[in-house]
Amino acid sequence: MNDFINAYGFLIISLVLQAILALSMYLPLMAGQLSLATPGFYAIGGYVAAILSVRTFLPAAGTTFPEPLQSFVMWLGTVFPATPQGQAFPVGLLLVEMLIAGVLCGLLAIIVGLPALRLRGIYLALATIAFVEIVRVVSLNLPITGGSIGIFGIPQPYPTKFEFAWIAVPFLVIVALFVYRLERVRVGRALVSLREDELAAAAMGINPTYHKVLAFTLGAVIAGACGALSAHFINTWNARQGTFDASILILAYVIIGGSRTWLGPIVGAFLLTALPEVLRGAADVQGIPTFLAQFLKDGRLIIFGLLIAFSTLFFPQGLITPNLFKRRAGSEGER
Amino acid sequence: MLAQQLANGLAIGSVYAIFALGYTLIFSILGIINFAHGAIFTLGAYFTYTLMGLQFGFNGLLAQQKLPFGLQFWVALLVGAVIAGLFGVFLERVIFRPLRARGADPLLTLVASLGLAVAIVNIIQYLVGAETYSYPSGVALPGAPASVNFGTTEAPVIIRTAQLIIIAVAVLILIVLTFFINRTKTGRALRAVSEDATTSSLLGINTNQLIRLTFFLSGFVGGVAGTLVGLNVGITGPYLGISFGLKGLAVIVLGGLGSIPGAVVGGLLIGIVEALVPSSLVSYRDALAFAILFIVLLVRPQGLLGRPLIQKV
Repeated sequence: MNDFINAYGFLIISLVLQAILALSMYLPLMAGQLSLATPGFYAIGGYVAAILSVRTFLPAAGTTFPEPLQSFVMWLGTVFPATPQGQAFPVGLLLVEMLIAGVLCGLLAIIVGLPALRLRGIYLALATIAFVEIVRVVSLNLPITGGSIGIFGIPQPYPTKFEFAWIAVPFLVIVALFVYRLERVRVGRALVSLREDELAAAAMGINPTYHKVLAFTLGAVIAGACGALSAHFINTWNARQGTFDASILILAYVIIGGSRTWLGPIVGAFLLTALPEVLRGAADVQGIPTFLAQFLKDGRLIIFGLLIAFSTLFFPQGLITPNLFKRRAGSEGER
Repeated sequence: MLAQQLANGLAIGSVYAIFALGYTLIFSILGIINFAHGAIFTLGAYFTYTLMGLQFGFNGLLAQQKLPFGLQFWVALLVGAVIAGLFGVFLERVIFRPLRARGADPLLTLVASLGLAVAIVNIIQYLVGAETYSYPSGVALPGAPASVNFGTTEAPVIIRTAQLIIIAVAVLILIVLTFFINRTKTGRALRAVSEDATTSSLLGINTNQLIRLTFFLSGFVGGVAGTLVGLNVGITGPYLGISFGLKGLAVIVLGGLGSIPGAVVGGLLIGIVEALVPSSLVSYRDALAFAILFIVLLVRPQGLLGRPLIQKV
């Protein structure tokens, strides 16, 4: 068991984190809005955690922020005294960072989302692509984000990577429960009705812009908090964390896993994050031709792309569809 | 100094313009954004390189390979663009038409095209590696000087021959395309389909054939644009088309989704604005097009030349 955790601990936590990101992209999709902004908020969340933990709470801090941010950070520093070198980073502080990152990303999401979400159609997709690119270019150039090198040496709360499960797994469970419940309450049903027919929903008294911005903002909060956790988990943070490629990857989780129910994105994220490991394993199997083994190793993204493209044809609702539950639920007769 | 930057902006802007035309053509007919367009653009550049009989690098499946024959640059450009166009038709046949037949959500079509883009870019990388390729210098106009000074010796306005070629080819494509769409019978049919596909098919227009034609045209101009960029800055790897693909979005939103003159105006404007960025802020230049996209969404969502959005039930 210990060997297994040593070998796959990093992968397991990655699965969990990617599943959280998939859920964050699923939320706007519930309201029929394709948002590719998740990696942007993820990157911002990571930078928040990295800057706070490396530059502020640690003894080597030297960064000053504009007021009133500086007073707030100073106050935080008194509540959570700096970690002496060589000691574990306090978990409580990590949670505060996740909170700050989440709130910040939520506010930003309202600013970004409002202009795009007043409009119908593909404008949100376009605006969020623009957002991710702007975040990337700006973080490459600001001194506080460490430019193209990024921020490294982010302090670790745990001695091993696998112990991040203490935060990541409850986080995923909370987010999943939240989305599961959301699908069954008034607001969630309003989102689904917007996905099915925006005009009809508006005619029924549902405010489209309000609900779309709400779904988008919730997704951003989750992505930001996840980024803060990931920054500690990965240990370094740079502009490569939030790119257009990442957007497509997370989108693939949702589309392939299933975009109609909360379980779909989680399954999709698990499957596709584990896929490279599986393909690597498959390439090592004795007896398969060398060219195939080579393709399985290097052609992972080709397979990804084709999977995304063709799953829209063959599984337009993804692998996990609501019908699957219906059959399993059988005679419960809730629906 | 200003004239110099305007000239640079005009050159890059005309590439944006013909690149965005590929997006716009398909959007005006089908109401979808084909993200694979950036990948087809890249393919066009590589097709021309291959057809010229030039050798591939050390990485990838086709390392050190080359065609047994080599075409002259302009012939290779034309044939490469035709192949890129046919590739667009192929994608239409295997993905977009089946999706259309199933009445798929436009978002799903968009996702499919994103998947295609990822697959194509990585197939290119798998086959020929990620290194930079460039066409031999002076290949387009043998004997022509590398650059021409249009200003005086005190105030030089130096325009490279490659930039002149880009502008000339872009203008040529625009004239031919505008003539085709506004003056020919097929062009009129295309406009009818973009107005209302169902009604025009009832009136005896073969919509499927026209959609194929649109994908061919889009792939063709994309392929030409790719080769032109390759001529100007080299083929910087399989990801060449990604940044153009993303900036192209800003171009079509600025010009107005589905508007052909809009794509041209938007492309030129963004090219010129980018060229006017002062050198102290040059590292932020890549974000400029996206900032423009945001402002347009806020102030004038239908774009400069687009029609206001009408909600139909």
